[in-house]
Amino acid sequence: MASAKEIADKAERDDIRSRWLLSAPALLIVFLAALGPLLIVVVYSFLTPGNYGDVKWQFSTDAWVSVLLERDVFDDTLSLASAHLSIFWRSVSLSAMTTVLTLIFGFPTAYFIATRPEHRRDIWLFLITIPFWTNLLIRTFAMQEVLRNDGLINWVLQALGITGHPVQLMYTNFAVLAGMVYVFLPLMVLPLYASMEKIDFRLVEAGYDLYATRLQVLRRIIVPLVTPGIVAGSILVFIPSLGAYVTPRVLGGGTSLMIGNLIELQFGQGRNWPLGAALSIALMAIVMIALLFYVRNTTRSDGSHG
Amino acid sequence: MTAIRPAVEAKGVSRIFQGAGQDAVRALDSVSVSIRENEFFTLLGPSGCGKTTLLRLIAGFDYPTDGEILLHGQDIAPLPPFKRPVNTVFQSYALFPHMTVAENIGFGLKMLGKPKAEIAARVDAMLKLVHMQEQRNRRTSQISGGQQQRVALARALAPQPKVLLLDEPLSALDYKLRKEMQIELKRLQHETGITFIFVTHDQEEALTMSDRIAVMSSGNILQVGTPWDVYDRPAERFVADFIGETNFLTGTIESAGNGHARIVLSSGARVYAAAAKDFQPGSTATLMVRPEHAKLVKGAGDLAGTIETIVYFGTDTHIHVRLDGGEAFIVRQQNSRCASCGFERGDKVGISIGDEVAQLLKD
Repeated sequence: MASAKEIADKAERDDIRSRWLLSAPALLIVFLAALGPLLIVVVYSFLTPGNYGDVKWQFSTDAWVSVLLERDVFDDTLSLASAHLSIFWRSVSLSAMTTVLTLIFGFPTAYFIATRPEHRRDIWLFLITIPFWTNLLIRTFAMQEVLRNDGLINWVLQALGITGHPVQLMYTNFAVLAGMVYVFLPLMVLPLYASMEKIDFRLVEAGYDLYATRLQVLRRIIVPLVTPGIVAGSILVFIPSLGAYVTPRVLGGGTSLMIGNLIELQFGQGRNWPLGAALSIALMAIVMIALLFYVRNTTRSDGSHG
Repeated sequence: MTAIRPAVEAKGVSRIFQGAGQDAVRALDSVSVSIRENEFFTLLGPSGCGKTTLLRLIAGFDYPTDGEILLHGQDIAPLPPFKRPVNTVFQSYALFPHMTVAENIGFGLKMLGKPKAEIAARVDAMLKLVHMQEQRNRRTSQISGGQQQRVALARALAPQPKVLLLDEPLSALDYKLRKEMQIELKRLQHETGITFIFVTHDQEEALTMSDRIAVMSSGNILQVGTPWDVYDRPAERFVADFIGETNFLTGTIESAGNGHARIVLSSGARVYAAAAKDFQPGSTATLMVRPEHAKLVKGAGDLAGTIETIVYFGTDTHIHVRLDGGEAFIVRQQNSRCASCGFERGDKVGISIGDEVAQLLKD
């Protein structure tokens, strides 16, 4: 006859087994699709490039050296790889600007949606997500239609007589920025909306009741309460924009390269897979450092309220 | 009586909510009321009677469709809520979750741009007033419901408003705590001398705390008066019915005059009672008798009937009597002495009613 303890033990064993079974698919995906390939990338970054792409199985740190430095063709001295650095800098600054701009545009949008009557919010959210239905490439080419010399903006500017000749918008940092803000805006609006929706708007009334002006209510009540959404939205926008590839390629051309394009170049025409791999890892490192810095800062400023 | 300048005065205030489609909801229908300085004034009524709407109009969260609201004689229509010297204690408390107890209480003063030292002193005084000194650095999520209630009160009182609005502030508390807070609120009102406008649907709360009560129903104020007025001299049947338990008996007026009238009930019994309005002989009217104002007698009384049930309540006993005319009638007797002694189910009894405590109402 089974004692109570034996039954309890068996139940616990069953419980543990079913938990493992349930998490098996997720673990499988993490190992096969994330950690595995990442390991391959790390290994490749320490190999020698093959002549026609691919790699030679020969240990080398050349790829890592040339992430930041370049070897002079004649005297073999090392100097900073200014091209890489300017691309890194452009990527980080454009991504930061994209994050800030999507926040500036996304905040009022999310606030607007969150303050609509409940049954209408779904319609607005639906409208926000509509661009996702279209392929990124098509959306980016549509932006090109707007920005190019005989595109919509220049046509309007000329029709209004503001400018006599087309303004060069395509293949500039501005074009890349505009394209990325357009593409990533929903990624900012959705988390912002999610945390605004949870706000008890009676708190806003309480703020007004206690002599806070609109601006003070925004700064002292709404923003602190939406901070989790701001953090989530910023991360969701910053990371993919740092690795953005299609948008800078189509709208930035060859002059406004970002890290993503540089990496692609190494695996394509550059035929330097180890360098591409090293750059990928470097990109990941930048993201991690930026995240650590950001999260620590926002949690600290939040803590100072208490 | 000298004319005291009212603290808050509503003149013909209406608020119509334009609903979906054609139907508009009249939340307030040309309401006029005058609330005196330093008064504990209660807006009492069932949910949907417009009491909260009136409060929100005074606070400035909503604007009247028609009419005007004066604060110390000044029209406050052009003032946004953050410029009105009025503070609110919200039903949900609406404490700021990202601030401590002390920061919540100091918020209003901070927004008014008061110097730091003054804010600190005032916050200390408020914490003391509501007995919350020890919890000053807690987050609002870390304190109990009753404590949150105190913080909400302190927060609203800290800027020393001219008028304090309280929107059912006790409804979320359990019975015992509610009783405690009722006394606490009364004390605070007395100590601060601020005009309190208190919204509730709890008639007992209204009776025990208020200086004056306005009884509201479907967007109208039916009666304004002291707790005694609305309880013992209700102007309408709704007021009598809403506040306390009441026996209603219908009949025909036989004679009237001098603020009194004689009514003939369906059983043929005649009762002489105070009249809320002028009655014409021959018109129908309702006789209202509070259960505690009626008394069971062994012999003949004003009314006659048979005891149906005797219910013991501890402090008092309710005796349900079926009158000879067929109506149900409840008599409440205090248990200080043996109230239902000598009475049993099925007994034929008389009920005596004092003519000063019974009241005649129009149908």
